[in-house]
Amino acid sequence: MSKRKLKVSAIKNGTVIDHIPASNLFKVISILNLDKIKNQITFGTNLESQKLNHKAIIKVSDKFFEDEEINKIALVAPSAKLNIIRDYEVVEKKVVDIPDEVIGIVKCFNPKCITNNEPIITKFTVVSKEEIALKCHYCEKITSEDHLKIV
Amino acid sequence: MKGKSLVSISDFSKEEILEIVKLAADFEANPNQPLLKGKVVASLFFEPSTRTRLSFETAINRLSGSVVGFTDSSSSSTTKGETLKDTIKMVSNYSDLIVMRHPLEGSARYASEQSDVPVINAGDGANQHPTQTLLDLYSIYKTQGTLENLNIFLVGDLKYGRTVHSLLIAMSLFNPIFNFISPDELKMPDEYKLFLDSKGIRYFEHSEFTDIISEADILYMTRVQRERFSDPIEYEKVKNVYVLRNSMLDNTKDNLRILHPLPRVNEIHTDVDDNPKAYYFTQAENGVYTRMAIMASILGLK
Repeated sequence: MSKRKLKVSAIKNGTVIDHIPASNLFKVISILNLDKIKNQITFGTNLESQKLNHKAIIKVSDKFFEDEEINKIALVAPSAKLNIIRDYEVVEKKVVDIPDEVIGIVKCFNPKCITNNEPIITKFTVVSKEEIALKCHYCEKITSEDHLKIV
Repeated sequence: MKGKSLVSISDFSKEEILEIVKLAADFEANPNQPLLKGKVVASLFFEPSTRTRLSFETAINRLSGSVVGFTDSSSSSTTKGETLKDTIKMVSNYSDLIVMRHPLEGSARYASEQSDVPVINAGDGANQHPTQTLLDLYSIYKTQGTLENLNIFLVGDLKYGRTVHSLLIAMSLFNPIFNFISPDELKMPDEYKLFLDSKGIRYFEHSEFTDIISEADILYMTRVQRERFSDPIEYEKVKNVYVLRNSMLDNTKDNLRILHPLPRVNEIHTDVDDNPKAYYFTQAENGVYTRMAIMASILGLK
């Protein structure tokens, strides 16, 4: 029997972010600033998945994320799983946690909020982690999952 | 609370609220105290609000402080494109305290983070207007002798009215019963009902404005505004339903007082004005003493 072919080729060292909802792949890329780094990155999207209908996967060579950094993607990819790769072997697995506070990243959905009218870094407290609800530190309005936009 | 900004009513604890209320009574008894002599208060009104501004300026004058500032953004450098941050940075170098009204929500919180001196929020869009809430609390305390265990009726626009929302949050510290009377389109939003549920506070919702008010200690009236209705026919249907008339007060409690943040349009008939239970004009006067109390305690002068 032939060996199962990987749709996205393996990396020697680095991080694999798997089980990203396909619809949010580019949000994840933008949140992690992957579009601005020089590392070798391969990704695949609209791959079949048992858990998600369509998943995406990102493989970043020679990059190891801090928990704080990677947890930022929990808002758009709560199901994401991380594999830390060293010399083609998975040496560690991680899941993402939704943080209690979200700084930057998300845009407040209230058009009358000061953060949408002056250059201010947004700040939210997470008031619900099940169906994501973020309370703006400034205007005190709730931005829910349906209205969630990445800055 | 020296040096603390007042942005949102939830910034103040129950003890701090009671301290302000008692201090307001003290200022009412002795209104002319030169505690702010030599102090400069910046009064920054990025949108006009005559009532709030005059109340603050009267309070500052009674305390012998000086006022600098502007009464609407057309006379500030905002029209030249200056950011709020820059205006606040500059003004906080000139003054001992900033009083700010701004049309954008969250502007007061942001200003308090940029300022080296305390900021008092005199209204940030539809978000918060904590000095209004504190003067409402002082009015309730003064007329009822307590803030505890009262039956509070809120009438009119309970959906968009920021004064009723802040009052609800603040009064929830004092074990009240709430009754909400409003048209269906303007009902109290779920987030506030969930908040009351979480605190175990009882509330009842009504769409008819009838003799249920016989149980009320406080009747807090608000304006039902035409622009809140997408369908003008709906507005026409309800505009005369939530109007308080003198005859409706016959069977109400002796200690009942009628409050309204003003300005009113037709929701309180003028025949109520001479009823001793009408309290809205005195309520506005109470605003001056309450703002004296807030400024004096934030500046650590009392």
